[in-house]
Amino acid sequence: MSRLTLAGTCFSLAAALVLSGLLIVLTGYSPDAALRALFDGSLADGPALTSTLLYTAPLLLVALGTCVSTRAGVFNIGQEGQVLIGCFAGAWCALRLALPGVLLLVVVLLAAAAGGAFWAWLSSLMYRWRGVNIVVSTLLMVFVAQQLIAFSVGQAWFLQQSKGDKAVVAPQSNQLPLNARLPSFGEYPHVMVNLGLVLAVVLMAAVAIGLARTRWGFRLNLTGLSPAAAQHAGVRIGLVTSLALVVSGAFSGLAGALMLAGPIGTYRLQPGMSANVGWDGLLVALVARNRPWLCAPVALLFGVLRAGGGFLSATGVPFYLVDVVKSLLVLALVVPPVLASRLALPVRRSPVAVEV
Amino acid sequence: MSLAFDTEIILSSGVRLATPLAFAALGEYVAERAGCLNISVEAMMLGAAFGSIATAAATGSATAGLLAGVLIGALIAFVHAGLSHHAEINTFVVGLALNTLVLGLTSYFIATSTYVGHQVAQVRVPVLSDIPVIGAPLFVERWPVYLLLVLIPLTWWLVARSRWGLELRAVGENPAAADVTGIHVNRRRRQAMLWCGALAGLGGAHLAVGEVGSFSQNMTAGRGYIVIAAVIFGAWRLGRTLLGCALFGLADALRLALPALGVTLNSQFLAAAPYLLALVAMLAFVATSREPRALGQPFERGSG
Repeated sequence: MSRLTLAGTCFSLAAALVLSGLLIVLTGYSPDAALRALFDGSLADGPALTSTLLYTAPLLLVALGTCVSTRAGVFNIGQEGQVLIGCFAGAWCALRLALPGVLLLVVVLLAAAAGGAFWAWLSSLMYRWRGVNIVVSTLLMVFVAQQLIAFSVGQAWFLQQSKGDKAVVAPQSNQLPLNARLPSFGEYPHVMVNLGLVLAVVLMAAVAIGLARTRWGFRLNLTGLSPAAAQHAGVRIGLVTSLALVVSGAFSGLAGALMLAGPIGTYRLQPGMSANVGWDGLLVALVARNRPWLCAPVALLFGVLRAGGGFLSATGVPFYLVDVVKSLLVLALVVPPVLASRLALPVRRSPVAVEV
Repeated sequence: MSLAFDTEIILSSGVRLATPLAFAALGEYVAERAGCLNISVEAMMLGAAFGSIATAAATGSATAGLLAGVLIGALIAFVHAGLSHHAEINTFVVGLALNTLVLGLTSYFIATSTYVGHQVAQVRVPVLSDIPVIGAPLFVERWPVYLLLVLIPLTWWLVARSRWGLELRAVGENPAAADVTGIHVNRRRRQAMLWCGALAGLGGAHLAVGEVGSFSQNMTAGRGYIVIAAVIFGAWRLGRTLLGCALFGLADALRLALPALGVTLNSQFLAAAPYLLALVAMLAFVATSREPRALGQPFERGSG
């Protein structure tokens, strides 16, 4: 990171925070109290840190998958739908397969990953079969997935919560059996570490090493940087890009399993349970500029905002402030590097004929 | 309840639900022909919907609200275009960030203050509105609906017949070639985005001060994405795009009306229909028509 970029980033981050503060002041609240609430809810003590980490894990997983597909030059923006299909596949297995012990949890995780991968694969298939734009198809599939979940939890024969008397049934599934839930470990001064976080960190290392050190990673990066060069080098571009999209979907699906089988929600399949983790995870990857290691701190930042947001309401400041702060931060982190690279490289634009 | 009466009710609500989509789709059509896959239509519509109600509440005039909506849509487009066609940041990132930002801002403002509702006047076209079944749906409407009658031919002429439109289409198909002939690619794209923002803003404002008369949190609820689906469904042609809007508006009306009529057709299926139809259309029409070749691709001078 050049000094110009660093200075620019510091400046725009400060600008984003000042703008958010101004918004709070203009609506008659105290920015001081809001900041304190955000801190209390996310970092102040063990339970707060625990909830931050719980949100960080699925965000990190979605972001890692996004790194893989974007590096291959495939722009997947359907993570939100892939997360939901992951939840759906996981919930179906957890509720319908009576497997003993930890085997059920393993099957749920694998099924969720497979579900997300399948949803992304459909887009890849449409591209390879008829040339349907991947950005468009992945985006449209999000809304199809949302309706599919709403449908499945609305049908008594499918995944709706079942009751003996068939009286009032909520549009949600039954709770997952205990052996399908992700375990939490230990009390490290009151911080619980969920298996989901461990999984996310391990996979981060795998993706980082895979992209940087393996033949697969090299082919993938080459395809993303220059498809023509990759083709000349004998890389099967179609295969590499499809695989990258499918891997991205699998990571999103796994993130869905963390939302479903982890302590964030209520251990049920519900419409809207993905809670924008897919969209946010995509933003995490973009802010981290598709570098797996950088995804961790950015995901943590987003996790802090999510966990702290819950505490905002106590101060009277609407929870939606978090969305504002988050998107301002995204812009503040994304803009300076681009501007700096343009300021630093004026030569690149000079050979083009002078504009009249 | 006669069949004619039911049809009239469903048609009426179909026209009402399709109009905001049609306004925004006219804008998105122009943007996409210029190669901008603008996913912040949602932000433009939502921001304009809020801005129109806030302005109408402040000035007491629904028409002022409508104008404010257009300006806000254009403002969001200006920011989007500045970041993605000037600073050359990935246009989808900018779009997503703007969608989140506007959703957050409008939800925040509506949670912290209340705004008195306002609605523009209804116009009843004499004679024509007395036609049975189609009279009421088509000829008793809030007046901005009739703006569509001006904007549709204007958009068609702009894109298909004007020099600006020719250059616009060139920019969407082959920006490098357009650049060589002296067209300022990113400037054209910024102009297309501004046009798109103004029209998407009009659509959002019409939803708020035209149809509903008030603002509620996330009131566009994904309509911006349906607009994108409509342009895709229309295979990047104006007539088919508007047909798509009409179809999606009708599907929405059916989704709302069917339970009351005692017909059980799955409402989730009808809600997913626009997106499924757009996907099917892309799969089916790909041989006869295709998207602008440079759709969603950034252009940098001297790079290709």
